[in-house]
Amino acid sequence: MIVLEKRPQPSRAWAIATPILAVLATMLFGGLLFAVLGKNPVEAILTIFYDPLLGPHAGYYRPQLLVKGAPLVLIAIGLSLGFKAGIWNIGAEGQYIVGAICGAGVALAFYPLEAWYIFPLMVLGGAFGGWVWAMIPALLKVRFGTNEILVSLMLVYVAEQLLASMSLGLLRNPQGLGFPGSRNLQQYESAHNAELFANTGMHWGVVAALLSVIFAYILLNQHMRGFHIRLTGDAPRAARFAGVRPARLILFCLGSGGALAGLAGMFEVAGPSGVVSIDFNVGYGFTAIIVAFLGRLHPVGVLLAGALLALTYIGGEIAQSNLGLPAAAIQVFQGMLLFFLLALDLLTNYRIRARQTGVA
Amino acid sequence: MDLSAINPALLLASLMVAATPILLAAIGELVAERSGVLNLGVEGMMITGAICGFAIAVETGSPWLGFAGAAAGGAVLALLFALLTQVALANQVASGLALTLFGLGLSALIGQGYVGIKPPKFARLDIPVLGDLPVVGRVLFGHDPMLYIAIALVAGVWILLRFSRAGLILRAVGENHDAAHALGYKVVRIRILAILFGGACAGLGGAYISLVRVPQWTEGMTAGVGWIALALVVFGSWKPWRVLLGAWLFGGITVLQLNLQAAGVAIPVEYLAMSPYLVTILVLVILSADKSRAPASLGKIFHASQ
Amino acid sequence: MKFTSLLVGGALALGMATGAMAQDDKAKVGFIYVGPIGDGGYTFEHDQARKAVVEKFGDKVETTYVESVPEGPDAERVMTQMALNGADLIFATSFGFMDATVNTAKKFPDVKFEHATGYKTAPNLAIYNARFYEGRAIQGLIAGEMTESNIVGYIGSYPIPEVIRGMNSAFIHARKVNPDVQFKIVWAYTWFDPAKEADAAKVLIEQGADVILQHTDSTAPLAAAEAAGNVIGFGQASDMGEYADGPRVTSIIDNWAPYYIERVNAVIDGTWETSDTWAGIGDGMVEIGEITDRVPAEVKAEALELKDKIASGEYHPYTGPLNKQDGTPWLAEGEIADDQTLLGMDFFVEGITAEMPK
Repeated sequence: MIVLEKRPQPSRAWAIATPILAVLATMLFGGLLFAVLGKNPVEAILTIFYDPLLGPHAGYYRPQLLVKGAPLVLIAIGLSLGFKAGIWNIGAEGQYIVGAICGAGVALAFYPLEAWYIFPLMVLGGAFGGWVWAMIPALLKVRFGTNEILVSLMLVYVAEQLLASMSLGLLRNPQGLGFPGSRNLQQYESAHNAELFANTGMHWGVVAALLSVIFAYILLNQHMRGFHIRLTGDAPRAARFAGVRPARLILFCLGSGGALAGLAGMFEVAGPSGVVSIDFNVGYGFTAIIVAFLGRLHPVGVLLAGALLALTYIGGEIAQSNLGLPAAAIQVFQGMLLFFLLALDLLTNYRIRARQTGVA
Repeated sequence: MDLSAINPALLLASLMVAATPILLAAIGELVAERSGVLNLGVEGMMITGAICGFAIAVETGSPWLGFAGAAAGGAVLALLFALLTQVALANQVASGLALTLFGLGLSALIGQGYVGIKPPKFARLDIPVLGDLPVVGRVLFGHDPMLYIAIALVAGVWILLRFSRAGLILRAVGENHDAAHALGYKVVRIRILAILFGGACAGLGGAYISLVRVPQWTEGMTAGVGWIALALVVFGSWKPWRVLLGAWLFGGITVLQLNLQAAGVAIPVEYLAMSPYLVTILVLVILSADKSRAPASLGKIFHASQ
Repeated sequence: MKFTSLLVGGALALGMATGAMAQDDKAKVGFIYVGPIGDGGYTFEHDQARKAVVEKFGDKVETTYVESVPEGPDAERVMTQMALNGADLIFATSFGFMDATVNTAKKFPDVKFEHATGYKTAPNLAIYNARFYEGRAIQGLIAGEMTESNIVGYIGSYPIPEVIRGMNSAFIHARKVNPDVQFKIVWAYTWFDPAKEADAAKVLIEQGADVILQHTDSTAPLAAAEAAGNVIGFGQASDMGEYADGPRVTSIIDNWAPYYIERVNAVIDGTWETSDTWAGIGDGMVEIGEITDRVPAEVKAEALELKDKIASGEYHPYTGPLNKQDGTPWLAEGEIADDQTLLGMDFFVEGITAEMPK
């Protein structure tokens, strides 16, 4: 009989080896899937993993990894703080939307004035928007004990309607011939979150994502608040005795998660996307939850997980267009990757032992 | 504005239909959560059920076989989740989200050949005398069989949880898996069964959309219903009849907002469209006064260390 | 790190200038879709047209497509990637791709771009759209003639010019043949949610509508009409012929194939030029599905006559006298609406009682 034995300490070696094993396993099973669909499996796998990094047009794709990965990492860092403390904000998508609306709203209120202070105000506006949206579940939880998973999730749908309403009404481009969607902020210099260096993909959102990783790392490892977060997650009762005030922690975790998601939305709307439109949100808020867990709620892990997911998105697009793989096959492939990453994580925390039956 | 155009009896009848897919998925998830498993993959299991049910109904010509296939399809996907979380001890939140992603892709692959086909008809029950009663007849007795099966499932789950030994064990596992294990119950086996049940129910809910409510197959057609089902379980504080109530409330508000629009009520449409979610939040706040809480082991990983 | 990226960026800029040259004489054509090709509606029809291109030109073309592309940076990346891989012509098939297409077109002056339903052009960026409102006029006529309750239900997605234009056109022609007809309008506030469309159709039927028009792509409203028994509806985007023995009396079909073939041909010949196409029934871009026998013969004849008149250009569905909803005059007797007003239409015509969502 095979039994699992918990390791006294997570294995460092396996922690590094399992993601690699998972990617290899995904290549194997994904390759099988592609073969079943009548595509050359080796070519497909190479297209997804190799082309964006080192392929013929990698010079274009590598910066795009930053563009795609930055919002994921920024949101996931905020979420991981809460998840560590057992506070479940799964409505980051909504906070992302509201942050974008507020950030763009600030810019459009100033339009067409050009001034240096507009962009910083937009940053504040975006963070504030996300923060406010996250404060709703936070306050309801603190005041009434309402479940934050649900409230934050419901608020995603509310935010989507708000977004539709804004794109069709208040923020609609008056010169847009009646079509929905705001002015393009890329054409409004003071508000444009442009690339810091041409063709590098580096924009302020990427900078913010990297900074958030560093701050989260310091917070969790050096700061009292970080200690409280970890303690509350691991041993809630002990946390009480250690003087953690749960209400404050809830407000802090949800609030910072919301603010970061709002920032991500604001950087996106001011930069790569440019317009507030009905379909502005593309699911970063939900994907970020996966990123947070894949990164094992550790800031550096989140960074790597964000990069890996961004890679499969971009590689997947290339595979679709070059090899004619359906989008659905890419989705299944991504699903497999996540499954293997999650399943093989077992080896980090447990030892697999063969044992005689009857002992247990 | 012409509110007299809204017929309350028809409104009631439609809200029951609108609520059925959410109800089916939610009652399955309730059982899984009562056993201590949080499966966020409901949307993925629903859409897989939707295509499995559709494909089998089209191939065999029998909606009943379709529903059976949908339940099986949902359960197979759930098995994947069970393997991940119960055998490989993976995190449940992340596994569930991955399951949704996987299910959406898988269903689209299976469904490639089924676009633009009409499934066999699933007849409404024709109950002779009762169905002809004024008002009550239309509301209570004029639906398709699946709707009654959904309600019967709610009753069945209620009885199981409340009065049976199996239900007691299930709850024990969900409340304190270590204690249940110490008492000699097979925690992992019980949870796997609960997860499979949840998957089968979600599959049925998906098939209700693709075979009865819409009926057609299009990619991503569940359009987020699975998430609402998840919300309903907490909304109903893990109690079957409250979940039913919640599903009808949610369905009711959705249908009512469309009714108000058609009647020309001058409330901005986007606020009407928000209303089901806002009302859900409101009711949640009111219900949080009630101290019934989640199963204590919900979402926690169980490992039988000696 | 930064320095190498800059170098790569420079190399990339060079690559862009030359990358567009096709390596062989095959025309490479890329398509980007906003939805899955399995949506059975909007994207499905674009992909049908892509297949028609393949069928027409055989191995003279090579088509590629990417489905379910979100608008914004993802769309721009997909198009850039197609251009880098040597595409000669790229069809961006959704309004939301507009700014992404404009940006990509700027980066690749040698690649031709075609953007559906937008309004921004460039020397290498053409736009195309279909006059679906012409088909709506025919549906309106049939609806007005066939309704017995004088209530016609209309399911809209979002209140945008495209949808409003169709509603007005249908209403004008329903009123022409039936002065008592009323429209009940429900906005779904989603592009795609079949279950919600089913609910909306049911609600309209319950409130007395016996004709359902839809500006959403699923067959859910037709199924609801069939279940209700004595209600008729129309196919949208696709023919939805599977309901032809039931409620579906005719349909508006998006037929992009002739346009795509023409434009691909122009690229092969080297005669491609930017253009602004807004084609209707006459050009075959808007196709009217077969009118079933459920429609009485004289109504059918009337509908076909209207279709022919629109196709030949003899009649424009927006011909005065027409007033706006609040009664202010819009078009004088015999005056025809200009395309600019139609493109940005954000008002109802006189007679519609529903309020425009703000």
